[in-house]
Amino acid sequence: MKVTIDGIEIDVPKGTTILQAARMIGPEVAPPTMCYYSKLKTSGGYCRTCIVKVTQGSTANPNPMPKPVASCRTEVMDGMVVQNITSPEIIEARKGIVEFLLINHPLDCPVCDQAGECKLQDLGYEHGSANTRYEFKRREYEPIDIGDKIKLHMNRCILCYRCVKTAEQITDGRVHGMIHRGDAAEISTYIEQSLSNDFSGNVIDVCPVGALTDKTFRFKQRVWFTKPVDAHRDCKKCSGKARVWLKGEEVLRVTARKDQWDEVEEFICNSCRYDHKKKSDWVIEGPSPIHRNSVISQNHYQHLNELKVEAMKHQKALGFMSINKKP
Amino acid sequence: MGRKLLIHNDKVPGINTLEVYRAHGGYASVEKALKTMTPDQVTDEVKKSGLRGRGGAGFPTGLKWSFLAKPEGVPRYLVCNADESEPGTFKDRYLMEKIPHALIEGMITASYALGAKRSYIYIRGEYFYVARILETAIAEAYAAGLLGQNILGTNFSHDCFVQVGGGAYICGEETALLESLEGKRGNPRIKPPFPAVAGLWGCPTVVNNVETIAAVCPIVNMGGEEYAKIGVGKSTGTKLISASGHLNKPGVYEIELGITVEEFIYSEEYCGGIRNGKKLKAVVAGGSSVPILPTELILKTAKGEPRLMTYESLSDGGFQTGTMLGSGGFIAMDEDTSIVKNLFTFARFYHHESCGQCSPCREGTGWMEKILKKFINGTANESDVDLLWDIQSKIEGKTICPLGEAAAWPVAAAIRHFKHEFIEIAKSKKFVDISHYDRLNKVIA
Repeated sequence: MKVTIDGIEIDVPKGTTILQAARMIGPEVAPPTMCYYSKLKTSGGYCRTCIVKVTQGSTANPNPMPKPVASCRTEVMDGMVVQNITSPEIIEARKGIVEFLLINHPLDCPVCDQAGECKLQDLGYEHGSANTRYEFKRREYEPIDIGDKIKLHMNRCILCYRCVKTAEQITDGRVHGMIHRGDAAEISTYIEQSLSNDFSGNVIDVCPVGALTDKTFRFKQRVWFTKPVDAHRDCKKCSGKARVWLKGEEVLRVTARKDQWDEVEEFICNSCRYDHKKKSDWVIEGPSPIHRNSVISQNHYQHLNELKVEAMKHQKALGFMSINKKP
Repeated sequence: MGRKLLIHNDKVPGINTLEVYRAHGGYASVEKALKTMTPDQVTDEVKKSGLRGRGGAGFPTGLKWSFLAKPEGVPRYLVCNADESEPGTFKDRYLMEKIPHALIEGMITASYALGAKRSYIYIRGEYFYVARILETAIAEAYAAGLLGQNILGTNFSHDCFVQVGGGAYICGEETALLESLEGKRGNPRIKPPFPAVAGLWGCPTVVNNVETIAAVCPIVNMGGEEYAKIGVGKSTGTKLISASGHLNKPGVYEIELGITVEEFIYSEEYCGGIRNGKKLKAVVAGGSSVPILPTELILKTAKGEPRLMTYESLSDGGFQTGTMLGSGGFIAMDEDTSIVKNLFTFARFYHHESCGQCSPCREGTGWMEKILKKFINGTANESDVDLLWDIQSKIEGKTICPLGEAAAWPVAAAIRHFKHEFIEIAKSKKFVDISHYDRLNKVIA
């Protein structure tokens, strides 16, 4: 099936969604996602950040779709023409979505463990506004222990349902879910149960924001001061392939490995995640691939100078005088 | 006098019982359909009738039925949407309360057309007493052999169940209704797949409004072509209108589609004019979510033609100068009504009823309510009007289900047609309540 996204044509198999097709083309045209997770079934469609404009439904029915569609849940049709970054309407709509996601967000990045690897932060930088138009009291909840090693900050949650779907699809007997409705909706457990399944720790990895954090790592270190390496160990429960975050010789935390879309490659067990915090527990394979624009790659990799030169070129093109002057 | 097909004998004593209902020609459509027609013939009659969904969207019913997937060995379901929650709409309650058998009869006939062995009436929680009435009616129908095995001695067997919901507006959205019916949280599903392919328990399902299903009986009885003669253009048949607000005679009226709005408001047959001799200020023509229109635009279209009570005429001019027939919740407001306060009530409702699944609706509805509350408190600025406009435009069309639109449209229309009222409050920093009602004031306090 042929589909054109932002003027780039690509051939994709039947059943591919617009988002998957855009990802095949590359990160430049791939819409941002907050709730979609390719490893989880029926995820996506909730956050609406990935909305795109379909200017031609298909060759058979060339009419445009009347409304923007969630690219993560819309399958391509032969001859479909999609606009993402080339549509000012979509850029404006996405700005609106980001604003909605942020109006009740505490913006506590300076004290949030997710800072530096937060999808909402990235989205805010890319599509958000420097000012807020929201002048009312933000939603507030007390942080709760949702599991033995998992802290839930409901204030930061964007209700993406990823953790609910993870618990449902990779653990037995989901004990947490959505309660209440509307803007009072919150993630919680039923009568103070706690997430104790062997794979429950994965909810931390799938959380796009700092709502679910690892209690064994909280406040230990900013992520950009740690060095992620890919490592493995013999594990009876999971593949044992993990990402180990080092500071010197110390293992500060263990997470699953993530791909270029920040999605977990293989889910890991709680034992690997929480109980093996010694460097000798792991066979280190080498530095993890981290996107060079990520704050995590700062100070670790050689191509930083290369990056600076490129940034300078880019800014010159945009008419900025100095690299230090931010747009 | 306009023809009445649905509630023509609502005043007959005991019409809620099977005996009286049958004595007045009830269940004739079941007899006719099951004994003399094939299911496809029934569907064809509905197609010919031009019947359009009475729940709000106005989608042609025959077409909807023809989309129903019919794979072998998979059950099909008919679900009746009796979760009537749109503010200003109470026609389904009236119909079910007065003539419950009209709905049961429609359920059997429609199920026969669709080949559904089971059907469900999903009724909103607040209508628990109506659910009892329906259950009594269903029990009577079972006893008379109109439901159950081999109905009226034919090969068709059918079971009908009443399911009471929890009273959430969102469960009136068909996929949220199906989720709720399955016993899950009433969140709308992401479409596609549409219920016609994968609905209740993943099986092909048709979800129709109460009035739509009840209208199947007269269509089968009189024939689709005869039914289509009533009305104007693509708006055929009769429609129940729930008239409320500052009218002399509010209530449920059955109208022939095509009468003028002016006739509906002012004639003695229908609403009998505005009460206390006041002037009409604005009308919400189809339930709270459709755009509000000022008097000059509701009585006449932008082209100067008289506005008719039809799907097409009411939406003439798009949202710039038109509105929608919607579910037929006709709310008239007199000259003493504050549009801003009215809008605040609507915004409050949508904020309360948002399911919280997708971000624009979850966050936007609450934000709009808070800004509108500033107007009520007299603390709003002129820039807040533009902010409201911007928020509604960022909700509309970006949500999973139509609740986002339902919340955005009234805000857009109020600003479009009554911006001066907002500006006035913002300038004077004072909200003067001119309405007679103080019930809402207590709520706000």
